[in-house]
Amino acid sequence: MEFLRQVLVILAKDVRAELRTKEAVNAALAFAVMILVLFSFVFDPDEATTKMFAGGLLWIVFAFAGTLVLNRSFAREIPNDCLDALVAAPIPGSALFLGKALANYLLVAAVELVALPVFGILYYVRWYERFWQVMLVLALGTWGVTVIGTMFSALTVNIRLREVMLPMITYPMLTPALMGAMQLTVDLMNGKSIAGDATVWLKLLVGFDILYTAASIILVDIVLVG
Amino acid sequence: MNALAVEGVWKYYGDYPALRDINLTCEAGSCLALIGRNGAGKTTLLRTIAGFSRPMKGAIKILGGSPRETATRRNVGFIGHGIAVYDELSALENLMLYARLYGLTDARTKALQWLTETGLERVRDGLVREFSRGMRQRLAVARAFLHEPSLLLLDEPFTALDDRAIAVLQRLLREALAQGRTVVMSTHQLREALELATHVTMLNRGQVAFDGPCTPEMVADPGLVYARYGEG
Amino acid sequence: MREKLLYALGVIAFAILARDIFIIAGFPPEVAQGNAFKIIFFHVPSWVAAGTALTTALLSSILFLVTKNFKYDATAVAATEVGVAFLSVGLATGILWARPIWGVWWVWDARLTSALILWLMYAGYLMLRHAVEEPTQRANFAAVFSILAFIDVPIVYFSIRWWRTQHPAPVFFSSGGSFPPDWSAVMGWNILAMVMLACVLVSVRLQQEQAQREIDSLRRLAHAL
Repeated sequence: MEFLRQVLVILAKDVRAELRTKEAVNAALAFAVMILVLFSFVFDPDEATTKMFAGGLLWIVFAFAGTLVLNRSFAREIPNDCLDALVAAPIPGSALFLGKALANYLLVAAVELVALPVFGILYYVRWYERFWQVMLVLALGTWGVTVIGTMFSALTVNIRLREVMLPMITYPMLTPALMGAMQLTVDLMNGKSIAGDATVWLKLLVGFDILYTAASIILVDIVLVG
Repeated sequence: MNALAVEGVWKYYGDYPALRDINLTCEAGSCLALIGRNGAGKTTLLRTIAGFSRPMKGAIKILGGSPRETATRRNVGFIGHGIAVYDELSALENLMLYARLYGLTDARTKALQWLTETGLERVRDGLVREFSRGMRQRLAVARAFLHEPSLLLLDEPFTALDDRAIAVLQRLLREALAQGRTVVMSTHQLREALELATHVTMLNRGQVAFDGPCTPEMVADPGLVYARYGEG
Repeated sequence: MREKLLYALGVIAFAILARDIFIIAGFPPEVAQGNAFKIIFFHVPSWVAAGTALTTALLSSILFLVTKNFKYDATAVAATEVGVAFLSVGLATGILWARPIWGVWWVWDARLTSALILWLMYAGYLMLRHAVEEPTQRANFAAVFSILAFIDVPIVYFSIRWWRTQHPAPVFFSSGGSFPPDWSAVMGWNILAMVMLACVLVSVRLQQEQAQREIDSLRRLAHAL
């Protein structure tokens, strides 16, 4: 109970601080829309083949835009040495990590939920036909992105070229989760429900999320305290 | 029981020993001034005591517990080089955040009390971003004192403070010492520090070069310890 | 003594590899693929060597976190670097083989794709190390990254296998292939030699890393004086 309260305090702090300036969220949103526009020059949205893989495109946009939010997550703690004060506070590192991860999750999900209808309009995709299944895939895929991204945000916070380093170490490790999310999204947007063979991707996403959440919670103290 | 006991602590940067076999004890209610040149290991020692990193060898006991225990951390306050408050949040929000993290029962009352204590009650809803330097520093002091820690660790507390903030900090430190709480501070501002100190420890290249009570002689001539025990 | 032993091992490994090149050259061309097939004698051993090195890196990373002994951190970085080098050899030999047999340099085959992703992941490890200044933090961060990366290895492999089996397999690859017993013996020798070579490289790199750490600490000492 105490743990949950601590997680919520960190979560509320991060969301509030971000919403005061909206720096990362606005940048991520503008970036997402920009990539969607740029992609339309390469993949003609009129063509049927584009509809075939547009769902996959969406996750590239989410992963790229998400990194902008994740980059800020621990970077926000640096200018005034706030990270020291958080580490010194009587809360476990896992509560700090989960609070930050959940805050990032909400922010990234918010960006995605705005980008999704924009994507639907620009690419003529009826993403809302299987609304709840799309939401499920979105929820699972986004957690994969945020849990790895938050952990690596902590790893890269003090280093030179942080903005470049975070995506470079995040994406390769994210590949299985992104691949699963892409496969499922492509299916869903082509009118196929998640059934039969496709459930293996759902299981992969769930497994990936659980495994990396657990590993991060176990390892985060080493990263924060050393 | 000692408020703070540092027992044979070694700390390395790679292979380089930044702290070598440090032994220190502080009784409750005493004030230790940690002096020494830049790079002597003052900050490393304070950060190790504060629990930001673990010693390679040796042990640190704060009120009998290890620095990373939750119960211990509740009793330790730390002021480092940064102010450790968020620019995007208001003064009150910042203090309430820390009050909640320390599990204080009435976060709002406590936060308001410390805003008054540091003379910031008038600007409690202003964003820290808009504060002057002195106000930010007083807020940082309020943050560290908020949970009424039994052990206060201060890294160069008087550097970069304006006169009013120094006055506030010195008053609060005196009150804390009078209440039997313990203070450990690293400092270059010998005059301000020695006025409060009961003990002086000088570090030199990661080792304790001098450790003893603070004498009236030292207060009269703050350079004395350096002259007598420092290298060249 | 230790160094002499190392160099001796290295020389033996090279001797075996050199000898095997002549033996392999003497083998008749393989039924379906001709001489191109023979690259497998270097392709498979480099994967085994890479796998051994990266597993060593994982174990050293865990040992570092448990003991905080920098010897294990140095082993981890040495093993990862050598592992990445052998991954590169594996990829390069794969590409060279694919050109005459598949007609293209690269195929999005399950194994190739997983190998490429692994390569990118461990290249990330080396970049991360390079960017972190403080030795203790660098060792901790790298060890954590190494563990997280190793968890991903089976996930990457199986996910890409599922991905490929859902798509039609490339049609231009249809070899049964045959592998006579004396070829297997040569393969065994090559694997042994390649793993030995990896061990020698890791040890040399390890010594270098430890010397580097000593130099760093002496420099700090010099600055402190």
